Amino acid sequence: MTELLRFATAGSVDDGKSTLIGRLLYDSKAIFEDQLEAVERTSRSRGDEQVNLALLTDGLRAEREQGITIDVAYRYFATPRRKFIIADTPGHVQYTRNMVTGASTADLALVLIDARKGVLEQSRRHAFIASLLRIPHLVLCVNKMDLVGHDQDVFEAIKAEFREFATRLDVADLTFIPISALHGDNVVDRSPNMPWYEGTSLLHHLEEVHIASDRNLIDCRFPVQYVIRPRSDAFHDYRGYAGTVAGGVFKRGDDVVVLPSGFSSRIRSIDTFDGPVEEAFPPMSVTLTLEDDLDVSRGDMICRPHNRPVAGQDVEAMVCWLDEQAALTPGGKLGIKQTTRSARALVKDLRYRLDVNTLHRDEAATSLTLNEIGRVTLRTTVPLFYDEYRRNRATGSFILVDEHTQHTVGAGMILSAPD
Amino acid sequence: MHQLTHLAAIEAESIHVIREVAAEFERPVLLFSGGKDSIVMLRLAEKAFWPAPIPFPVMHVDTGHNFPEVIDFRDRRVAELGVTLVVASVQTSIDTGRVREDARPGSSRNRLQTTTLLDAIAEHRFDAVFGGARRDEEKARAKERVFSLRDEFGQWDPKRQRPELWNLYNGRHRPGEHMRVFPLSNWTELDIWQYIGDEKIEVPSIYFAHRREVFRHDGMLMAVGPYLPTPEGAEVFETTVRYRTVGDMTCTAAVESAATTVADIVDEVAASRITERGATRADDKFSEAAMEDRKREGYF
Repeated sequence: MTELLRFATAGSVDDGKSTLIGRLLYDSKAIFEDQLEAVERTSRSRGDEQVNLALLTDGLRAEREQGITIDVAYRYFATPRRKFIIADTPGHVQYTRNMVTGASTADLALVLIDARKGVLEQSRRHAFIASLLRIPHLVLCVNKMDLVGHDQDVFEAIKAEFREFATRLDVADLTFIPISALHGDNVVDRSPNMPWYEGTSLLHHLEEVHIASDRNLIDCRFPVQYVIRPRSDAFHDYRGYAGTVAGGVFKRGDDVVVLPSGFSSRIRSIDTFDGPVEEAFPPMSVTLTLEDDLDVSRGDMICRPHNRPVAGQDVEAMVCWLDEQAALTPGGKLGIKQTTRSARALVKDLRYRLDVNTLHRDEAATSLTLNEIGRVTLRTTVPLFYDEYRRNRATGSFILVDEHTQHTVGAGMILSAPD
Repeated sequence: MHQLTHLAAIEAESIHVIREVAAEFERPVLLFSGGKDSIVMLRLAEKAFWPAPIPFPVMHVDTGHNFPEVIDFRDRRVAELGVTLVVASVQTSIDTGRVREDARPGSSRNRLQTTTLLDAIAEHRFDAVFGGARRDEEKARAKERVFSLRDEFGQWDPKRQRPELWNLYNGRHRPGEHMRVFPLSNWTELDIWQYIGDEKIEVPSIYFAHRREVFRHDGMLMAVGPYLPTPEGAEVFETTVRYRTVGDMTCTAAVESAATTVADIVDEVAASRITERGATRADDKFSEAAMEDRKREGYF
């Protein structure tokens, strides 16, 4: 059985990120000859000395013209063990927004460090965002080891410095791998140039890292997405609640309670097109039917009677602001979407703005502008059913929407109910 | 335990996207060409609402230059599902003067489809349009969101894309704007074929190896047919081919292949060193940014 692993990469072209992705794709035969030819052609016409593998991922005209990456690009490759989705995010300071976007669904973050330069401000920022977004696994690739003579001391020094910084973050699983993306050392196979390194190659790590226990399989959460009522002869009284399991394992016969009504019932069946199943867990998309005829609609939450999410209109959250035009300010009103629930939210308070490079908290801040992150108190027009983001990424996240432009302007990670 | 296969995981993600659109939009429509990607998308829509029928119509933008096998398949599948089929005709757009056809023989109607599509969206007041595009197909597509906003001219602005986080899709839009939605964004060509195999989904016969009269044109094998005249001096020969993509007959090339079953195709795709668009689509060869430019105008 092949599993799916989503990972986000962060770093700039200078760190050799594109070369690394290019190598992973090439060595796993996910780059095709016509793509490579097109890149070679463009590299030649631009007068580049080497084939510029960044051109493989830079898909937009403006990016190729300006030699920059402006947006998250998604790339795919597979090995017999796993299929991989790479969210390739640009590393520049102004693109925190893109990294947050790419990191939101990632199982693993891959941060590149140039062995000659060591831990830079940018590396710290990337690691911080990965921890803020609760990516369960962080891999630090110390690249360009060939340019420092494959020296173990260089690697160990970077490792020690980064570990020191990481103690201030919330990182569950941290792995260091010394590589040379250009020459392929420790990318697919263990490198004979670094016999002192006892770990696995990067690809081996990506194939083997244990992700099964990253999901919350304890707290049963089923946000109702869509009500299915066929009203056909064969299914005349059928009433099913379709949605994606956001936490826990639901079983046929389980006692459940529906929020906000608080009515109890029991799961009669867990239906899919391919037939009923005995249990459903994240991220399965299924349809639940209940023993009792209740009034359940989109935005309601089905959970277990003795394990309920917080139900409330007050939310404390870390918010990353994503909009170039408007800023987040106390008193502002925004649209909010959390699971399948949409409402309006009032910004009651901006507690502090966080400097993503130093982790310093600026409590005098009066607004959040593009790429800024801060702790915010919100009041919503209707109760939301949520968990702390650190406990459940699916029920602890929300987006904020500008009610005039309708654009997505903020990404929120819920901390707790306010005290 | 409690782990999905990668195909089950992307299937669940696609179903989530399709249900989200049905819940948040007034008038969705699903683009169905009879090609393999839209066949898979239609199956996912069927799964998303079972045991209820699919709650929106399907639409085919018909260039009039189709493979007859594909049109037969389209009509059969639509009848089986009992969904409404809207046919938006490029020929009608030409006849009513909405677009002008390139008079050169064999010219493709590919680009003309954009006007026909946008006119149909306006006429039927569709506010969400499901497309079967995949991010692995092409590098402009690799950067497009699952929910991709189009302005009142149907244009895509890659620099003003909304951030898309978790599975919280923002379907809000202003009057006149519409959303293109791509439930298959994270599928690869290989995933599509493995899924077709696992699910035993029927696809049009031209995807499998068959004997066909072809000629070489710009290094690609084009079928002898009523819409693309055989160039002067071109050698026509019969060989065993199949189609990797199904577009209009004037711009879709065949590939030499002996694959007669889905399992053969899975093996062939896994071993292929050329992308499906590179191998078979004359329409992408104009320039490095051909797809981006067409998408900006409102193309699929």
